[in-house]
Amino acid sequence: MDRFRMIFQYFQSNSESVMNGICGLLALASVKMYTCFDFSCPCLPQYNMAYGLGIMFVPPVILFLCGLILNRQSLVMLDEWRRPRGHRKKDPAVIRYMFSSIMQRAMVAPVVWIIITLLDGKCLICAFSGSMDPEKFVGFASITPVQLEQLLAKVPCKDDELMRNNTSRKAVSRYLRCWSQALGWSILLILIIAAFLARWLRPCFNQATLLQTRHWSNYIDIEQKIFEETCCEHSRLFAHKCILHFFESMQQEIKLHSFNLPREGERDEGEEDLLRGITDQDQVNKLLKTWYYEKPPLDVS
Amino acid sequence: MDKFRMIFQFFQSNQESFMNGICGIMALASTQMYSAFDFNCPCLPQFNMAYGLGILLVPPFILFLLGFVLNNNISMLAEEWRRPQGQRGKDPAVLRYMFCSMAQRAMIAPAVWVSVTLLDGKCITCAFCTSVPVETLSNASYPLLSQEEIQRVLARIPCKEIYNGQELIANEVAIRYLRCISQALGWCFVLLMTTLAFLVRSLRPCFSQAAFLKSRYWSHYIDIERKLFDETCAEHARSFAKVCIQQFFESMSTDLVAAHCHLPRKASADAGEASKKLLGITDQGTMNMALKSWHRCKPPLHLHPPALPSGNGWAGEGQPPMHPSAPRRETAAYYSLV
Repeated sequence: MDRFRMIFQYFQSNSESVMNGICGLLALASVKMYTCFDFSCPCLPQYNMAYGLGIMFVPPVILFLCGLILNRQSLVMLDEWRRPRGHRKKDPAVIRYMFSSIMQRAMVAPVVWIIITLLDGKCLICAFSGSMDPEKFVGFASITPVQLEQLLAKVPCKDDELMRNNTSRKAVSRYLRCWSQALGWSILLILIIAAFLARWLRPCFNQATLLQTRHWSNYIDIEQKIFEETCCEHSRLFAHKCILHFFESMQQEIKLHSFNLPREGERDEGEEDLLRGITDQDQVNKLLKTWYYEKPPLDVS
Repeated sequence: MDKFRMIFQFFQSNQESFMNGICGIMALASTQMYSAFDFNCPCLPQFNMAYGLGILLVPPFILFLLGFVLNNNISMLAEEWRRPQGQRGKDPAVLRYMFCSMAQRAMIAPAVWVSVTLLDGKCITCAFCTSVPVETLSNASYPLLSQEEIQRVLARIPCKEIYNGQELIANEVAIRYLRCISQALGWCFVLLMTTLAFLVRSLRPCFSQAAFLKSRYWSHYIDIERKLFDETCAEHARSFAKVCIQQFFESMSTDLVAAHCHLPRKASADAGEASKKLLGITDQGTMNMALKSWHRCKPPLHLHPPALPSGNGWAGEGQPPMHPSAPRRETAAYYSLV
């Protein structure tokens, strides 16, 4: 039991590590989703761009919202933001700190998706193959614009009969993939440099205030958890008392109405307590019926 | 007892995480079911739409109902809803809270099935292959066919082996088109569900937090009270049974002594403990009679006060019981279901 209590306490005191864990799991889920997803470019002029950019940007929005939903701290922050002032002042710095930490964690999975998409290249090839300049590629230089549009749109589909052995298709494909990967790596580099600078330069500014806000934001989180735990404990004790009162009132009612008063026998005290004066089939039935038809009031004073 | 109480407390305070766990398992089961299911489009004009949409919509409905069935709080909700008012008022907000939280969890597995189906694309391809825009997708020169012929040809799109309309529309072109539409629908569906979930979760603290805390407390209370009541009844039943059986053995023992008309010797003090446990039955014949009597004629459900002092054997100087013990040869004694 000590073990359960210790695990419980560990989670309570380390809500930051729990949230980091969830953030990591979402990032892994994002990678898995991308590999499981069967990307199939429509290879039609009007649909390619919409499909390609859709696959690149819609799942990150979904992952971002999931990151906000799964993070318990977002509820705590909203609660703190919207609560009436009462006896306790509200500190906007704490709310800002919580908001920024929630946002940072929620942004990880979408960024992972976008970077993987760019490094893989299929989305960009699908979206921008129709916008290629035909002059650069030998095979597409001298055909009618309508046919050009159709052909360029089919570039992402390697197995299409028109494109199967087309070397210009491979050239366009390689060109777009090169751009896509360059973009992907640049974004990754910029983000990592930004994260590094933010982490490294932060102690140079307002370290004391930061320590205070972090402390109070942890405090609010723990306070809410303990409140919920106490409510559960309280409702358990309340229920226990309520049921005991109910059995006692049944016992009194039975004593009033029945004519065979149970004699003070030589039974153990222990058994007597557990039976609570209810020693008859009819009495038990009456007790169960009363429990259903007339639940006792919620008052254990 | 402390150990059980702590386990109980752990599950109570983590009842939500227990329910979330079941919810997650059902979502995984739903994806597993989809990948195990062998989708077979009929490739006939009249049946494709029904089959495709059926596979898309019927399993989610089943999973939704299953989500309610597997949730053991459903009986608690029903009980609280239907009970007579008695001395305790009914709070509709609590009932609404219970229903909403169960419905939200039950919606997850169906939503996963629909998303996976749409993102995979087979269902939509099967259902809508006859509605493909032939003019935009067809090859430059295609043979003129009647409407029914075209429908029949298009209906075979999902079945590559029997597709015979390559001159009309290339199979891969049609499938890519349909799959693109299906995946777009799938992602939009997932986005919509996630946005709804986000709004529900984030708008609640802005509007009715106090009422929410109240409903949540009382909903947990009702659950805990029900469990404790069952526990108390089980304890009571155990003690009742114990005393009932003890009294049975005691009365058997008295009967046998009266029938044989000889007074057993008073047991010596050292053998007191063991002979007490034997409840006065000390030989095979007596035991057999006791067992037969237990089967043929169970004692009534009425714990009369003990007729004898705690020693064994009839001691004539003991006080006779104030009330006669309940008749033992009653038939048809029934048990109430606790």
